[in-house]
Amino acid sequence: MKEKKVYGLTALFDTPDRIIDAVKKISSDGYKKFDVHTPYPLHGMDGAMKLKPSKLGYITLVFGLSGALFALLFMFWAMSIDYPMVIGGKPFFALPAFIPITFELTVLLATLSTVIGMLTFFFSFPSNNHPLIGSDYMRSVSADKFGISIEAEDEKFDDIQIRALFSKLGTIQIEEIYYPDTETFPMFQKKFILFLLVIAILTGGTTYFVLNKLLFMQPFNWMMTQDKLIPQERSEFFSDGFGMRVPVDGTVARGFLPYEFKGEVNPASFLSNPILLTKKSILFGQQKFLTFCSPCHGNFGDGDSRLRGQFPNPPTLHSNRVKEMPDGQIFHIINNGQNIMPSYSSQTTVEERWAIVNYIRVLQRAKNATQSDLEEIKKESAANGK
Amino acid sequence: MNIDYTIEAPVVEGRLTLGDIERLVAAPMESKPDKKFYIALSISGTFLLIGAVLLAMSFYKGVGLWGNNQPVGWGFPIVNFVFWVGIGHAGTLISAILFLLRQKWRTGIARFAEAMTIFAVMCAGVFPIIHTGRPWLAGYLMPYPNQHGLWVNFTSPLVWDVFAVSTYFTVSLVFWYIGLIPDFAVMRDRTTAKIRKTIYSIFSLGWRNSHRNWQHYEKAYMLLAGFATPLVLSVHTIVSFDFAVSIVPGWHTTIFPPYFVAGAIFSGFAMVVTVLIFVRKIFDLEKIITLNHLEKMTKVILATGLMVGYAYGMEFFIAWYSGVQVEQFVFINRAFGPYAWAYWIMVSCNVIIPQLFWIKKIRRSIPAMLVIVILVNVGMWFERFVITVTSLHRDFLPSSWGYYTPTIYDIGILLGSFGLFFTLVILFTKALPVVSISEIKAVAEGAQPNHGGAH
Repeated sequence: MKEKKVYGLTALFDTPDRIIDAVKKISSDGYKKFDVHTPYPLHGMDGAMKLKPSKLGYITLVFGLSGALFALLFMFWAMSIDYPMVIGGKPFFALPAFIPITFELTVLLATLSTVIGMLTFFFSFPSNNHPLIGSDYMRSVSADKFGISIEAEDEKFDDIQIRALFSKLGTIQIEEIYYPDTETFPMFQKKFILFLLVIAILTGGTTYFVLNKLLFMQPFNWMMTQDKLIPQERSEFFSDGFGMRVPVDGTVARGFLPYEFKGEVNPASFLSNPILLTKKSILFGQQKFLTFCSPCHGNFGDGDSRLRGQFPNPPTLHSNRVKEMPDGQIFHIINNGQNIMPSYSSQTTVEERWAIVNYIRVLQRAKNATQSDLEEIKKESAANGK
Repeated sequence: MNIDYTIEAPVVEGRLTLGDIERLVAAPMESKPDKKFYIALSISGTFLLIGAVLLAMSFYKGVGLWGNNQPVGWGFPIVNFVFWVGIGHAGTLISAILFLLRQKWRTGIARFAEAMTIFAVMCAGVFPIIHTGRPWLAGYLMPYPNQHGLWVNFTSPLVWDVFAVSTYFTVSLVFWYIGLIPDFAVMRDRTTAKIRKTIYSIFSLGWRNSHRNWQHYEKAYMLLAGFATPLVLSVHTIVSFDFAVSIVPGWHTTIFPPYFVAGAIFSGFAMVVTVLIFVRKIFDLEKIITLNHLEKMTKVILATGLMVGYAYGMEFFIAWYSGVQVEQFVFINRAFGPYAWAYWIMVSCNVIIPQLFWIKKIRRSIPAMLVIVILVNVGMWFERFVITVTSLHRDFLPSSWGYYTPTIYDIGILLGSFGLFFTLVILFTKALPVVSISEIKAVAEGAQPNHGGAH
């Protein structure tokens, strides 16, 4: 059998007074690696063990302050820089309104860091394989006895001397503590691998189900299924299966005027242009022409469609036939359609149609400018100082 | 009956030894649950299930099943939330504030009160989340970088609430766990059953009662108590901001934070007493949770009850003194309007009945105490109901006045929250030490050295 390594020697005492006296003696004898185990903290033990005051408060201070600073800076950044928004008439950096969260984060970080710092940094927990744990000594000190342990690593450690010292101090029991045998857990056991596999399948399956199925089921689907009519969707509510309703027959929209020459070839004699040729009306006509007419007729009315053959090109608007047409005839064609050109009466108003007619006249004139027109333009430019 | 209040009563009665204390506290965990335990558990479990079923129906069908509607959009869910958060205030008060005030009598009741805090905050947390109707989207309450580029509104009391309540829950839980670590070690060393030993070992983290650890441990406990004290005051302050920051008449008052905190301590202590009366009897802990402790708690209840009564009066005075017509109307409507019944239940349960605690005989009589604390709990629930509902049901616009009536779903979910609370409490009594073993040992007679120490 392998020789067990000694952790240290322990001694039990049965009253608080006796342990305090014993600890005083041991610490004054110069032992360094000793510890006292009591079921509850004893008053005056810090002094007896000559312990320095706990430095735990520094962790609390640092993390508490950084919690406050982080909260304030983050809220400042989020509310004033990243997405500034006026809420309730408050300034972007509304310090009084930031205080509650700053306070909460300070407390949260301070307490969590204190506890985690103490357990890990100060205590090196978890330490369930510490040699003292599981010993009779530990069972006694966690119930109602008080104990001292001196580690074998202490410079002054000497088995016989310490035993004598303990007896002199009035111990009721001395126990030798050994390091536990190190246990090894082989990684590739059949059971373990099977366990991992089951866990993997379970978590994978659950994740898949939740993300791909559950979130699209009632009631997790963001209220997608609701008992209401949705336009352009099929509905069982009406017998025709449409969610959307059509107006009752004979309904007249507000402002609608029936066009009395519908389907006639040339009612131009009854139509006269009511709109004066002003710069404003020409620009308005240009806007409408470019919107509605230019896709087929081209930007300048040349019949050069932008539709690249998807729709037959119309003839040019600069032919003599069009030039000689009265305004009323062009208006009628826009209104009524001609050949394969559909009616534009629903897309444009009466004013817009007449404005388009005016603009077509401007285009025709511009394409057939005379020398005298150029001179006029030059004169105008000179007058404007260009 | 003659008690000399000038002498500090012993914290542990009957000259128990350290071993006796340990045995007493550990007994419920080491014995098999008896019939009474199962009966209690099945009653509370039934309530829990009723609540769960009604809650599931509310999610499936929508929160239209509840009584909340215009003009009272904050019905039972918010009433219950404030009620449970209030209950949760006693634990941290006992464990933190009384610790800082060096009140030794707190040791017998602190663990239990802390556990109740955690369970009550759990119950409270349920309500604002279900109030949204789509609790699975509760994650949006947390500020996280998202594709909308949006942050939560950090200047909103509702977001403060999220931070306050979640911080409070986390800190209470940590505080509770820190107190439990030495007790887990005690249980680890007591038990011989293998599975329980493993569980206790894991949670004890390898605690070995070392004084080098105790030294930091005591420091940490004090730091945590120092932080938990302002925290506990801040939580109900922020809950009261949910109301006070709005401009609804009857809510928009500066008295709300202290008024809410006093009410929270009031109701929390009442709940702790209610439960402790049963626990000390059932688990034979009368020597550790003594009548003196209960009497001290009734004194706290009396004091906070007076504060609450003062707040009720001051609200009326300020409504008159401010000269704001709507404010005056709201308070007259509170006392004499359609919800007068609720108002007078509140006043009689919270202000009038606790006055009986001036009489020593009643303070030291368990049955009388039990009746009064239960009435205080009822009264405090009605206080939140009165505040929430009476202000909303008749506010600035008379054309949208209404009368709020809870539905069976509201009531069932409230019962469910009581079921959740008591189920957790009952399980706790069997699973963990209901009294802090190490703290009680430290204050037992002869537990501290009587010479050469700091005292």
